[in-house]
Amino acid sequence: MNKITLTLKVWRQKNAKSHGRFEVYKLTDIDTAMSFLEMLDVVNENLTREGKEPVAFDHDCREGICGMCGAVVNGQAHGPLRATTLCQLHLRHFKNNQTIVIEPWRSKGFPVVKDLVVDRSAFDKIIASGGYVSVRTGSAPDAHAVLIKKDDAEKAMDAAACIGCGACVAACPNASAMLFVGAKVSHLVLLPQGQPESEARVLNMVKTMDAQGFGNCSNEYECEAACPKEISVKNIARLNHEFRKAQIAK
Amino acid sequence: MLDSKIPSGPLQDKWTKHQLKLRLVNPSNKRKYQVIVVGTGLAGSSAAASLAELGYQVKVFCLQDSPRRAHSIAAQGGINAAKNYPNDGDSVERLFHDTVKGGDFRAREANVYRLAEVSNCIIDQCVAQGVPFAREYSGYLENRSFGGAQVSRTFYARGQTGQQLLLGAYGALMKEVARGNITLYPRSEMLDLVLVEGEAKGILIRNLLTGKLESHAADAVVLATGGYSTVFYLSTNAKACNVTAIWRAYKKGAYFANPCFTQIHPTCIPLHGDYQSKLTLMSESLRNDARVWVPQKAGDKRPPSQISENERDYFLERKYPNFGNLVPRDIASRSTKEQCDQGRGVGESGLAVYLDFSEALQRLGRDIVQDRYGNLFDMYAKIMGADPYQEPMMIYPAPHYTMGGLWVDYNLMSNVPGLFVIGEANFSDHGANRLGASALMQGLADGYFILPYTLGDYLAGCKPVDKNLTQYPIFKEAEIKETQKIQRLLAVNGKQTVDDFYKRLGKMLWDKCGMLRTEKNLKEALDEIPAIREEFWRDVKVPGSGDDLNQSLEKAGRVADYLEFAELIVKDALHRRESCGGHFRGEFQTPEGEAKRDDENFCYVAAWEFKGVGSEPFLHKEPLAFEEVKLAQRNYK
Repeated sequence: MNKITLTLKVWRQKNAKSHGRFEVYKLTDIDTAMSFLEMLDVVNENLTREGKEPVAFDHDCREGICGMCGAVVNGQAHGPLRATTLCQLHLRHFKNNQTIVIEPWRSKGFPVVKDLVVDRSAFDKIIASGGYVSVRTGSAPDAHAVLIKKDDAEKAMDAAACIGCGACVAACPNASAMLFVGAKVSHLVLLPQGQPESEARVLNMVKTMDAQGFGNCSNEYECEAACPKEISVKNIARLNHEFRKAQIAK
Repeated sequence: MLDSKIPSGPLQDKWTKHQLKLRLVNPSNKRKYQVIVVGTGLAGSSAAASLAELGYQVKVFCLQDSPRRAHSIAAQGGINAAKNYPNDGDSVERLFHDTVKGGDFRAREANVYRLAEVSNCIIDQCVAQGVPFAREYSGYLENRSFGGAQVSRTFYARGQTGQQLLLGAYGALMKEVARGNITLYPRSEMLDLVLVEGEAKGILIRNLLTGKLESHAADAVVLATGGYSTVFYLSTNAKACNVTAIWRAYKKGAYFANPCFTQIHPTCIPLHGDYQSKLTLMSESLRNDARVWVPQKAGDKRPPSQISENERDYFLERKYPNFGNLVPRDIASRSTKEQCDQGRGVGESGLAVYLDFSEALQRLGRDIVQDRYGNLFDMYAKIMGADPYQEPMMIYPAPHYTMGGLWVDYNLMSNVPGLFVIGEANFSDHGANRLGASALMQGLADGYFILPYTLGDYLAGCKPVDKNLTQYPIFKEAEIKETQKIQRLLAVNGKQTVDDFYKRLGKMLWDKCGMLRTEKNLKEALDEIPAIREEFWRDVKVPGSGDDLNQSLEKAGRVADYLEFAELIVKDALHRRESCGGHFRGEFQTPEGEAKRDDENFCYVAAWEFKGVGSEPFLHKEPLAFEEVKLAQRNYK
C-alpha cells in the first residue's frame, strides 16, 4: 500500500450570490488506491468531526457514467488523466507532497450553486429544444424494418456516449457547449431515425445554446482533451455542416 | 386479503383480454388529470413520457440535477427480448419460462408472461428513438448471451446499454417538457406520501437547493424510485440510491413485499480499503468470453501466470457443465463465496476469484475483445491499476439489485388506491433472483407499455382532485411533521458522523443478512439494529442548516430510514425458512449446497404491513400458483 501526503486548496462558496474563496486542507498518509472523490469524502468526514460544514460536491454513480461529478483540478476539467471522470481518477496519479487546487466548473452557463456544485440545467434546456426523435410510445415499426450500416451505428454510438457532465464547457476558453450539442446532433443525424427532424433539431438546439449564454467555438480543441468519453471535435464540424445545411434549406 | 387482480383465462390471453376490459379516459378529459411520477430512471422516464403523450398533466421529480442521471444509466450489459433474430429457438414462452425458473419460482406467472410478451415492442420503440444498438455488418441487430439462458436474446449498446436506453427515455421526457405536458422538478426528494380518504393524492417534497418543503397534489402517484441495495452501504448502486420514497409510502400503509430478496452480483471489483465508498460492477456479459477460476490448492499465492492449467479449478464449468460460466447470478455468487471460504480466494484479501480472458484473447484476438468489452477493461484498469489484457481480472460478489419492493397487483397498483409502483421499486417480476438484462426490460415494460393502460383505468373511476387540495390540513400536517424531523436531525449534534452509522449498519447487514443467512445471525442482527438506531438519534452529528443545499442532511434522512428498514429485511429473511434464489439460508440446502425451496410452506409473496417503528409488522400472504411452469428444483448442471 502506497501512502502520500497532499495539500488541497478547495473552492468554498456559500451560495450563488456570495463571494467564494479557497480553503486549505492537509491530508497526511492517504492510500493512493483511493479515488479522488473518496479523498473528498475523507476531507468531509474530518470537517464534520471538527464541527465545520463539509465541501458540497456533486457525485452519484462513481463509475464514470452518470455525469454528475466534475471539478477543475489543477486547472484541468476532471483532473490530469485523459478520458477519465473525476470519480474514476485515483490518487496514484498524484505525487507525494503535491498541492491540488480544486474548483467548480467556471462558465456563465453553469452558475455556482455551492462550493463545487454548479447548475447545469442549461443542458436540459438544450436537449428539450430538440435532442430526440419525436416518436410516440407504441408507434414504432419492427426493429428490423430499417437497417443501419454497422459503421454508422458505431459512429452514432461514439457521439451518443456523451454523459452530459459539462467538462467541455469548463475546459473551453469561450465556455462553448458546441461539443455537447455537436455530439447529440451527430448521434441522431447519423441514424435514419433522426433524419425527418434533423433541420429543425439543429436550428433549435443551437438557438437555445446561444440563449443560455454559451460561447462559440474557436478551435482550441480543449473540449475534446477534457472529455471523459473522448467525444471527437469532428462532431463540432458535423454540427456546423448540419447547421449550414439547415439554414440554406429554411 | 390481498387481491392480485390477475385476470382469468389462459396465460397467453390474459393481458390482451385485460387491456380490453381496462376503462379509458376520454382524450379531452385526460388533460384534467394530474399525475405525479417520482424517479426518472428507465421506468419513471418512460412512464412520464408515455403518460404525457396520452394527454395527462405530469409532474416529474428526481434527486439529481437532471433526469438523465438516474442510476439506470449505469446498467452495462444489455436488455432481453424474445425477438429470436438469431433463430436459436427463442420465443415469448421461453423467455417467460427462463425468467420464472431464474427467479426460483417466487414470481407471479401472469406478470412474467406479460413482461415477455411486451419485450419485443421495447426493442422496436428504442430503435425508433435512435438508440444505437450494436449491429452486424449486414445492418441487422446483434445479440449476445446472458446468464440463465441458452439462447442469445440480449440486445446491447457496447457496455453502455442502460445509458443509451435511458437517454432515449430522457429524450422522450424532455420532448414532453418542451411541449408543456411535463413539469420537471430536479433536485427534489420525496419525503412523504399524502393520502386523502385512503387514496394516494399527493406527495411532500424537499427542494434540495433551498431546503423548502413543498406539497404537490395529483390524481395518482407513481413511484419509480429504484432499489435499496445501498442498505448494505457498499453496493454497485449510485450513492444517492435509497429506500426513502418507498419506505415512507410503506409507513403510510403500502405493503412491502419480499424485502429479503436481494441480488448479489457475482462479478464486481473487490474491496480495497475502509474508505471505499462503492463497489463497481463488471458486466455479466463478460462471462460470455471469460472463464472463472481459482487455484486448486488453498492458500496458493503465486501470480496467476505461474499457475499452470492443471493447477487451476474452473469451478463453474466443473460444477455446472451445461451452463458453465453463464449460470444465474445467485449461483455464481454463492459458488465464488464457497471457493473463497475454503481458502482458494486470490488477491491480497483472499476475497476474489479470477475472471480470465486469455482464452478469448487467443481465440478472438485483442481487437474483437476490445470492441466488445473495451470500456469495461478500461474501467477495471483505472480502478485496480492493472491491465486485464495482460493478467486476469479479480472479482468478488457485491449487492446489486433488489427483487423485493412495494407490493403491486397486476395493474402495478399497490394496496393503496392511486399509488402505482414501477421498475425496481416494485416486487413483481423477478421472484427471488433476477436474470441478467431483465431489469432494463422490466423498467421499460412497466413505463412504456403497462402503466399507461392500467393507470388510465384507475383515473377513469376518479373525479379530478380539487385544485386547492394542497391547502388542506392533511398536507400542512405532513409539512409540520417533516419539518420537525429535519430539525431533530440537525439538533442532535452528537459525536459520530452519518457515515459512521451507515457503514456500521451496512457491514453488519452484509455479514448477517448477505449471501449466507442463518437463524442465529439474523437474530443477532435483530438485536443490533434497534441499538444502532437508538444511538443514531442520540449521537449523530449533522452539520449545516436545513435552509440550503446540505448533502449531510439528505444522507442523514436516508440513513435514518435504512435504520428502520433493515429490521424488515432481516425479519423477512428470518421468517422465510427456505432457501430460494438470492435468499440463501444455511439451514436449508441440498446435499450439493444448492438452494432448497420449501414449496409446501413458502410458495407465496410475503407482503408486510407497517405497524409502527420497532413493532411487529403484519404478514399478508399472496399464494403463488404455477399453472404453466412446473415447480422443480432448478438445475443448471
